Amino acid sequence: MDFTRFMNKFNEIERQLSPTSALRLSFDNISPETEEPPDGNKRLWGVPVPPFVSDKVVSWIEEEFNEAPVYYNGNCVLKKVENVRMIDRYNTKNPTVGTLYLTATHLIFVEPDSNKETWILHMHVANIEKLPLSTTGSPLLIRCKTFLSVTFVIPKDSECHDVYTSLIKLYQPVSINKLYCFNYQPAKDDFPKNAGWDFFKLDAEFKHMLVPNDNWTLCSMNEKYELCDTYPRQIYVPKEATTLMLISSSRFRSKGRLPALTYLHNNKASICRCSQPLSGFSARCLEDEQMLEAIRKTNPNTDYMYVVDTRPRINAMANRAAGKGYENEAFYENIKFHFLGIENIHVQRASLQKVLEACEQKSPTMSAFMNALESSGWLKHIRSILDTSSFIANAVDKGVSVVVHCSDGWDRTAQVCSLAQLMLNPYYRTIKGFQALIEKDWLAFGHKFSERCGHIQTDAREVSPIFTQFLDCTWQLMTQRNDSFEFNERFLLILHDHVHSCQFGTFVGNCEKDRLDLKLSERTFSLWGFMANHLNEYINPLYKPNVDESIKANLAPQCIKFWRGMYCRFESGIHPREPLGDLLLDSKEHCNSLEDHVQHLTKRIASFKNYISKSAKKLQDATTTSTTKAPKEPTTSEINDNKYNYDKKLSELSAADDDHPLKANNMSFANLSLNAEHTSPPQALPDEINSVAVDWKPMRNVTTCSCSTPFDQFSKKTHCWRCGDIFCERCIDKNVALPGHDSGKAVPVCRGCFRQMQKQSP
Amino acid sequence: MEFADLIKTPKLDGVFLHDPLQANATVEGTLCITGHHLLLSARQENSQELWLLHKNIDSVEKKPSMGQNIVLGGTITLKCKDLRIISLEIKYAKEFFNVAASLEALSAIQNPELDYPFFYRPMYSILEDGYTMFRPELEFAKLINGVGAMGGISSPNVANIAICLPSTSCISVGATAGSSNSIVGIPHPLQNGFALDAAAALTVGGATMILPSCEWRLTNINKDFSVCPTYGATLIVPKAITDEQVALSATFRDGGRFPMLSYRHENGATLMRSSQPLSIQGIKRCRADEAILNLVLGRSKKGFIVDTWGKGKSNTETDLHYSQWKKVNRSIGNVSSPASILDSYAKLIEACNDIGCSTDKWLSRLENSGWMSLVLNSLNASCVVAQCLDQEGSPVLVHGAKGLDSTLIVTSLVQIILNPDCRTVRGLQALIEREWIQAGHPFASRHRYACYTPHQTRNKNSGATFVLFLDCIYQLFTQFPCSFEFSTQLLILLFEHSYFSQYGTFLCDSEKERHDLKIHTRTTSLWSYLNRPDVLQTLLNPLYEPNANVIWPSVAPISLELWGELYLRWVVDQRSLISNMAQIQELVTREKELRTQVLKLRKQALELSQDVSTLMNHHAESA
Repeated sequence: MDFTRFMNKFNEIERQLSPTSALRLSFDNISPETEEPPDGNKRLWGVPVPPFVSDKVVSWIEEEFNEAPVYYNGNCVLKKVENVRMIDRYNTKNPTVGTLYLTATHLIFVEPDSNKETWILHMHVANIEKLPLSTTGSPLLIRCKTFLSVTFVIPKDSECHDVYTSLIKLYQPVSINKLYCFNYQPAKDDFPKNAGWDFFKLDAEFKHMLVPNDNWTLCSMNEKYELCDTYPRQIYVPKEATTLMLISSSRFRSKGRLPALTYLHNNKASICRCSQPLSGFSARCLEDEQMLEAIRKTNPNTDYMYVVDTRPRINAMANRAAGKGYENEAFYENIKFHFLGIENIHVQRASLQKVLEACEQKSPTMSAFMNALESSGWLKHIRSILDTSSFIANAVDKGVSVVVHCSDGWDRTAQVCSLAQLMLNPYYRTIKGFQALIEKDWLAFGHKFSERCGHIQTDAREVSPIFTQFLDCTWQLMTQRNDSFEFNERFLLILHDHVHSCQFGTFVGNCEKDRLDLKLSERTFSLWGFMANHLNEYINPLYKPNVDESIKANLAPQCIKFWRGMYCRFESGIHPREPLGDLLLDSKEHCNSLEDHVQHLTKRIASFKNYISKSAKKLQDATTTSTTKAPKEPTTSEINDNKYNYDKKLSELSAADDDHPLKANNMSFANLSLNAEHTSPPQALPDEINSVAVDWKPMRNVTTCSCSTPFDQFSKKTHCWRCGDIFCERCIDKNVALPGHDSGKAVPVCRGCFRQMQKQSP
Repeated sequence: MEFADLIKTPKLDGVFLHDPLQANATVEGTLCITGHHLLLSARQENSQELWLLHKNIDSVEKKPSMGQNIVLGGTITLKCKDLRIISLEIKYAKEFFNVAASLEALSAIQNPELDYPFFYRPMYSILEDGYTMFRPELEFAKLINGVGAMGGISSPNVANIAICLPSTSCISVGATAGSSNSIVGIPHPLQNGFALDAAAALTVGGATMILPSCEWRLTNINKDFSVCPTYGATLIVPKAITDEQVALSATFRDGGRFPMLSYRHENGATLMRSSQPLSIQGIKRCRADEAILNLVLGRSKKGFIVDTWGKGKSNTETDLHYSQWKKVNRSIGNVSSPASILDSYAKLIEACNDIGCSTDKWLSRLENSGWMSLVLNSLNASCVVAQCLDQEGSPVLVHGAKGLDSTLIVTSLVQIILNPDCRTVRGLQALIEREWIQAGHPFASRHRYACYTPHQTRNKNSGATFVLFLDCIYQLFTQFPCSFEFSTQLLILLFEHSYFSQYGTFLCDSEKERHDLKIHTRTTSLWSYLNRPDVLQTLLNPLYEPNANVIWPSVAPISLELWGELYLRWVVDQRSLISNMAQIQELVTREKELRTQVLKLRKQALELSQDVSTLMNHHAESA
């Protein structure tokens, strides 16, 4: 049998096994030629229409509104409704009255009295409900994927209907090419379009684990996605695995997802992932059995390995009837097979729904809330995911390799494989490592982000909070071992926001192939590029690198907590009034600024001293009437300081020098040339000193920014490093290097300080 | 009775200590039983010794190990009031029974005079006697002058308290916040009839304006504890009320607990507490009681009576005779009795200790215990009261049934919410001293049995009200982690000492008993120990920044957190928490150090730069 014929047959089988998804079909219908964006001539009241707004919507807008366009904050407003009342759950008695703007991308609610704005991205909307008419108007309940839920009461029913119908059309596009990311432009030229797309390369990540090596090799058979179209092009398999083994094994596995390496620990134990075998009741595949044996042999330390089926036994049994199932211990030699009981995507979706209902209870009692939380089962599911991940991590830690699968191996498998790695390897607990982990185990191995997050109109049964659970489990680990993680809660929340926002192309599509076909890296921005500009916001101030290699989760039910910061994030008033994380992060930044300033001052002092001692020497030389000039140049001024301490001032200084921070650093003054002095004369010192704020304004009692934007607990308060005052995100968009800092790093300054600095140094 | 009679086996080798909640932690050592302690030492270098006060033991469970129908020794499981559970494995039958019997007897000693505090002598000299730090007359003076309310944060006013002795001349005392306990030479209130006539001196634009003297006075009507056995000797009543009226009001109230001043807010609104009115056939009203409340009402149109037991569960004032008082029901629990609070606490701890159960079971047991509801309701009731005082400016009277438990939770929480002073270490001590100890919370009866004693064998007077109070403070702490001077470690320390202690502060049920036993002279006060600088240092919150505002907590169910630091402390590894605290401390210290360093370096650099400039000029000239 030649290879081409084999592949044809293989493709045929593959087609039979995996009926093409709705999304795949929609891709096929759009050929690259037709998806060229419209020529931009389409205009509505003289304003170019964003390409992702469909013609239907444009014509509908033309029909509905024949007034001139309104702008809000540079966004063309499609509809403006006044006297709208916004009700959030804990503030049902005093609704805020304001104006609602509907733009092509956002729903914006502005409270004129307080300048407070609520922005809702259309892509974040999960569902919209028109509630029954009330005496004050027509209520519109909007629930978001970010767990924001608001009710707008619109005085006129017809206007409410307009907003409702337009939102219905805007929030979930039919075609993937209409997503926000294809139109999104950063407000300022923050970062180029290509930034972030090349941050992570699969082969580099594997090289990090010293793969390829004697046991593992790169398999080139998936270069054109022939083996498995939901896998990455580069897959790593045991060196022993033959072509026949790979092909047969991929045929024997659901969706062709053959066992492939995802993590190699430093003790040679590995984590491999795959989908369920098509074993049915009796079918077996010799090559698949050999494949698993080959994986086991890559780890010479043990004579067995675990095969973990993350599903409950009953689910796996049911799959057998459909010709799928699980490995039979009798056929596969040297494996220990385990079921670990994580429920499927439908159970998880229903569970989250119940969590949200628990949070939405009107004036609940303690027991009503706790009953609702219990019956949602959410914490139980979180615990079972952590439990399974711990099992894998423990096995690998003890030197036993693990092969993990669920049904298709892209939901539960992704969760537990990535969490196990998070527990095992401190690298994945850094910001960069966590992003790499998402790139590898979620994006490359084909977690269906677009379907699970409902980016476009799709089967509602495909939507499930799988990634949310992964973040939740990470948060659980973080609360248990705060000092082991480089990132903070904000980092997880921002990730969650953008997995759903489609503002960046990073999470669009269902697998690597999709993203290549959509040319996302050319057409959209990357979230990693965006995040790189905001890294200082994601730092955990209590992080201690290198404390522990591997961390263990405490699985006692008492230790699994409800993540209020995620699911009730937008309930103002229920969160701690003095957010510790923000305060500590602020202290950390303040320390950084002061340290930098100390560094600068010590250098200045050293160079001053150097100058004084040199000129003192000159003075001495001049006063001595001896014939020859002193030939010696001072070698290190520190010694000279002591040598020429006849000057009273000087002796005082060297006394003060005893607690000199640089002394501990053994820093020599020799590298400070007089040239440095010439570039910054002593007259510049006051300016340098004034450029760094010693005291930062305390965060407490700061209720508004100087631009009169009110702060709530979600708004990021940023200190100006120059004046120490507090500003909102919009008012502190400048980053410059301060003359009082040694590192010359660009740091946030407010606009006022920025202008002053420009005046000083034209 | 001699301790020696109870100790049947004073010393025993080869005892195995198991910590069932921390698997594989078995230590072999020598067991010693003394009059107050159980000691277990492995007699090895670097090994920790176990010191356990007998009073800490809540329950002793014996499990003999049998072999051929003969007892071959056995395991004694000690469940402690600090929530720890340990087992002692003893190899010999006789010793097994002896040790168990000794421990049972020693932990059940009823005579308070045999308690450890009477035997304990501190190894350090006492800098400040905790028993005289919070003398009632001083604390009351602080209350009515609002000095406490200013919290030493921004108090330009020096309150002049003029304490008038009926017979002799006035002693005028200048008391500023924080230095008030430096006052010396005030005659003890028990010596003579006493009246407090305080005048607040307000400085307005340089001119001193004396406000009309306050409407409160001190009385020693209860000096022999006959009017109310659970109140202190020195009490505060409205000035216009005679001692006779006070006595009449006391006969109208349960246990004689007539309405007493608990707190005066900075806007002048007063918080009162009492017990329920008695429902004796024939007695329909008490004009003296009404008179007290009417005076408290002052110029405000209405007051609120907050019932912490709920309608129908306690007696209440008749609308007819207290027409200006609006009744508000804010029950803490279904049954707010101390015994039911302890039941709930016991269920909570039982659930917390079962770390092997399923998530569903844990959640349902946590819910079933009702503890979190108690916490929520306590906070809720306190917020309602605080709102009445702060926003309505109306006086509030709080009572439940006897006014010894839920009432005290509410009145003391209100003060923590409203008064920044109560969020300091000293303020909390003063609050506990005034609102719990002197207000007659029966610590000895409530804390004789804790959560591990089976329900049937518990005395009906046992309770866990104080634990509930501490949990509520913890909730406030988590929501305002920078507004408290102390850390949660102080709360845990108070929790422990309220059950078993070498100090006398939490002994007995009332001031009367403490007076009879001469606790104040025969034992050491916990506060004397706590306020030693080296001890205090370990209990401070590194993030504390004085917050003069009212702290309104969230009372949404979702905002509450289980106090794992206390309830799970023997079950769940607390190291991460400790390391976090250490790091926070480090960060804060670093910030402060850097700041001083910068200022110092700046000064130095500026001086040097001037020298350099002079030198440069000099060079330029000479060149």
